[in-house]
Amino acid sequence: MTRYIMTADLRRCIGCQTCTASCRQTNATPPGVQWRSVLDIESGEFPDVRRSFVPVGCQHCGDPPCMHVCPTTATYQRADGLVEIDYEKCIGCGYCAVACPYQARHITRRIDFAYSATPMANESARFDERRMSVATKCTFCMDRVDAAKENGLTPGVDPEVTPACVNSCIAGVLAFGDKEDPNSKVSKLLEETQHFRMHEELGTDPGFYYIWDKK
Amino acid sequence: MKIKPWHQTNWDARAAGNFIGGGSGTGLLIFAALSNLAALAGPAADYRWQAGLALVLVAAGLASVFAEIGRPFRALNVFLHPHTSWMTREAMVAPFLFGSGAVAICLGGGLFSVVAALLAAGYLYCQARMIAAAKGIPAWREPRIIPLFIITGLVEGAGLSALIVAAQSGTAPRWLAAVLLVALILRRLAWKIYHETLERRGAPKKALEVLARLRGRFERYGQSLPEMLLVAALFFRSEQVWLLPLAGAAALLGGWLLKFTIVARAAYNQGFALPVVPVRGQGQGMPGVKPGWSK
Repeated sequence: MTRYIMTADLRRCIGCQTCTASCRQTNATPPGVQWRSVLDIESGEFPDVRRSFVPVGCQHCGDPPCMHVCPTTATYQRADGLVEIDYEKCIGCGYCAVACPYQARHITRRIDFAYSATPMANESARFDERRMSVATKCTFCMDRVDAAKENGLTPGVDPEVTPACVNSCIAGVLAFGDKEDPNSKVSKLLEETQHFRMHEELGTDPGFYYIWDKK
Repeated sequence: MKIKPWHQTNWDARAAGNFIGGGSGTGLLIFAALSNLAALAGPAADYRWQAGLALVLVAAGLASVFAEIGRPFRALNVFLHPHTSWMTREAMVAPFLFGSGAVAICLGGGLFSVVAALLAAGYLYCQARMIAAAKGIPAWREPRIIPLFIITGLVEGAGLSALIVAAQSGTAPRWLAAVLLVALILRRLAWKIYHETLERRGAPKKALEVLARLRGRFERYGQSLPEMLLVAALFFRSEQVWLLPLAGAAALLGGWLLKFTIVARAAYNQGFALPVVPVRGQGQGMPGVKPGWSK
């Protein structure tokens, strides 16, 4: 059984937001909507202070509250663990957005472009009317993952079938792959390091692992 | 992006309107049936008025939430997920509620008023479970919100029933005053348990601040005032018929204030947290951070 997950090595992240930019470019999200964000968290007290950069977004939970509450079955979970949205079914009620403890879901109710009411060429090319007034979120670049089956490639190994944010990360923070495959990069990383998952106490079984130290 | 919990923007006053209209309407439908069956509220016309208003309130709540959805022309898709979604279950109860309520109104009560009341209870339960399933909002997902929303709906129904009976017949049934008083005491208890549990378990500080501000007004005007009026109504018997409807109005408005505040003002999301601060360079990990939380 496949379970695609993502890992973020917080020891490496420098908060450059390249993953954010890459996601926005790839998925053409409107202004204000970032499926992949990087938090800048300051902690501690002078002189022992820390700054942590934490990539966040949909955690593709194993037990996704967004899916359970969705009244239309628009939000569903695939056999490979990806939590996706059928834009044709979604009614934009926002229930999934208030059920998600990761603030990962967005509903855009009006057409908006980066610089004006007139879209730039790339925005025109990528505008998807189906995503208006419905819930949207990170898909783990589902189309790329699906292309892996057709091309005989491996998500997380071959860039063509790996999420854009992972490909773009300049510091090697993000990794993607099948947690059930012991030879995958993510399995090895989890084996070698100490890690946690965000808000794990809520029982959502998130598919996003944060590495914070070696074992 | 923010780190501390911030107020969610997906469900606003329109969503609160659904909980207010649905709770009051279903509560009233239950009390209308009780009054009618026990023949305590007088002739059948009383049931018609009460049940009619109850259905209008439930419909207004649904219309309110309908105005909030992004794709209203796909609204029928709401029926597709009864397996786990309390929103679907609420929607599935609604047509039967309106159908049985309409028949009961035509017949002036009878068996269908009982069916409508049972469906109203189901609808009210679905609403309470619906808000509790919103795991992203700490003030909503606290399981003790379920009895609070159910008993609040019943209090609102009893309060409205008292107002209608007084307006129609100029009477103040003692049984209704007694039931409303008991329901108010239960609501006080449910609110206290809900609020204290949230404080004890920890919640976004801003949500707790909102609830702390609500507490004074709600407990004074939505609880203590109607409770005192009802004690007086029971003591003075029929000499002061205005006491019961006044208490009913205060109890009703208190319930609306409570639900509006919880749904539209205390809905701070989870925010982000680190159970441990990661190692940077040669340093050590540090204890975690949970900004904006009481604990």
